[in-house]
Amino acid sequence: MINYILKRLMYILLALFVIVTVTFFLMRLAPGSPFANERNFPPQIEEKLNETYGLNNPWYIQYKDYLIDTATFNFGESMKYKARSTNDMIAESFPVSLTLGIEAMLLAIGFGVLIGVISALYHNKFPDYLATSIAVLGISVPSFILAGLMQYFLAYKLDIFPTAGWNGFIYSILPALAIAFSHAGFIAKLTRSSMLEQNSSDYVKMARAKGLGKWTVVFRHTLRNALLPVVTYLGPLTAGVVTGSFIVEQIFAVPGLGKHFVQSITNRDYTVIMGTTVFYSIILLFAVFIVDILYSIIDPRIKLKGAKK
Amino acid sequence: METRKKVVEVKDLRINFKTYAGLVQAVRGVNFELYEGETLAIVGESGSGKSVTSNALMKLIPQPPGIYASGEILFDGKDLVKLTEKQMTKIRGNDIAMIFQDPMTSLNPTMKVGRQITEVILQHRSMPKAEAKQKAIQLIDQVGIPFPEKRYNQYPHEFSGGMRQRIVIAIALAADPKLLIADEPTTALDVTIQAQILELMKEIQKTSKTSIIFITHDLGVVANVADRVAVMYAGQIVEYGTVNDIFYNPKHPYTWGLLGSMPDLDNDAEELLHTIPGSPPDLTHPPKGDAFAARNEFAMAIDYEQEPPMFQVSDTHFAKTWLLHPDAPDVAIPEIVAKRIRTFAEKEAQYND
Repeated sequence: MINYILKRLMYILLALFVIVTVTFFLMRLAPGSPFANERNFPPQIEEKLNETYGLNNPWYIQYKDYLIDTATFNFGESMKYKARSTNDMIAESFPVSLTLGIEAMLLAIGFGVLIGVISALYHNKFPDYLATSIAVLGISVPSFILAGLMQYFLAYKLDIFPTAGWNGFIYSILPALAIAFSHAGFIAKLTRSSMLEQNSSDYVKMARAKGLGKWTVVFRHTLRNALLPVVTYLGPLTAGVVTGSFIVEQIFAVPGLGKHFVQSITNRDYTVIMGTTVFYSIILLFAVFIVDILYSIIDPRIKLKGAKK
Repeated sequence: METRKKVVEVKDLRINFKTYAGLVQAVRGVNFELYEGETLAIVGESGSGKSVTSNALMKLIPQPPGIYASGEILFDGKDLVKLTEKQMTKIRGNDIAMIFQDPMTSLNPTMKVGRQITEVILQHRSMPKAEAKQKAIQLIDQVGIPFPEKRYNQYPHEFSGGMRQRIVIAIALAADPKLLIADEPTTALDVTIQAQILELMKEIQKTSKTSIIFITHDLGVVANVADRVAVMYAGQIVEYGTVNDIFYNPKHPYTWGLLGSMPDLDNDAEELLHTIPGSPPDLTHPPKGDAFAARNEFAMAIDYEQEPPMFQVSDTHFAKTWLLHPDAPDVAIPEIVAKRIRTFAEKEAQYND
């Protein structure tokens, strides 16, 4: 197990190096500069700015500086916002996105698995059609439409929830729902098909022949076997959700991390791009890693390579 | 003999399946009974309705598409067909247990085998977990698996096919059922393991007085384990009798065909394996008359017109063929089958010596 974890950590480092390199050269390739859309600077000032931020150096010097900065997790100050370091920006906004993301994931997994199980149990009967319709609706309605509708009806008309902002738990419910809805749809579809596959297998029939009730069979036998493909999907999904959603955070005026991913790129805010990319990559790579470990816990037949018995 | 307790009595059981192609009449009026401590083998080719019959006894036929069209399944005097799902859960695993065909898939791969056994015990008996564990370990030992304590905590993938089938048998025995339905329990195993599993089942029956319904298409297995045999064809029982009746005095042409097509080590290597021509009828539209007529070289005109009744051959032996009608011409058993029967007799004589 320890061997396996160490090996995987090595791979994660390698993957990070590749990601940082590719991101660096892509940034170089994209035209424009952090100062391009400001009021017309006199050339001398622009020259001075470029020098301060090291943008005049040859590419290999810059690349080296970037690698060192990344390795030390010191991404430097934002080129756009005065006197704010990238680390501060992430530290400030990530907890907000994380809270919202965890809430959304709990909703998505809870509802998704439940809807999936119900529709598999009542295969080709009314509850199945209803559940599948809800799931398809969830997948196909974009989150910003749902967000807008919820703001209008639940917040503005019925005044149950605050319309926007970030000021406590009640503020997080609508955005969490908006994020969770489509993911719940995906999870429900996955759970359903995976449950159906398991339901036709012999051990489920055997469990019924033991005299277990319908639901006991589901929770004790089928679900655990059916969840493997769902867990696969959950890893990358969690990484994406906890790092914030640009659209939903914009609509509900949530001060989360999501907007930095998009704005840093339109601003050519090189330090922030690098910071957010590395941050997201780390979370994603670890999420996938955790999923792999979860596999071996869910299914005892899966032995991690290099793991000692 | 006469005072034996009747455990199961199936009367005119009919089971249909609704499919897109139409109504499939999988079981068409099956009657049989089973006494305490007895083994009944149900023999037939694929699609003859033997598995449907056995699943029907447990009411494990999914409804829909399955329909219990008519008939009664009397178990201890109670008609199972009328019971609700909830009442059935008290019988399944408790009074009637089942052994499935493929031990590679019939155990839950993500649950320790010990728990798969105690699950049945705890479901049907109220006893503390520790006691259930003791009983499970004892069962694992009883079905002949060494190191039961260690095996208790292992997962199915750590067992071989034969060992898994032993675990499946242990699960079936967990609640001391009165009736054990074995649906082709040895088909997925190799011959050596088959013999071991059959021995095990015979031994269990000796000690526990369980009645067994043994579904199989392997006549060799039948001769080994059964007291009585029911031969099924196209959803009906076509011949019914003791093992000796069926093996030494078969009356139905289909039984002749089955006996004739048994591969045998003593066969002349030059000799082609005998087969029954044609294929079973489509049960969405069962043929008029005798369902076997089209494949029967001895078919008479009436076979295509009218379904034969069950003719009684002896006290224990019944067959559903017009050949037994007093007006039917005398048809001699085909030579190949007669030869087979002579070999059986010789072998048995040798064995008894």
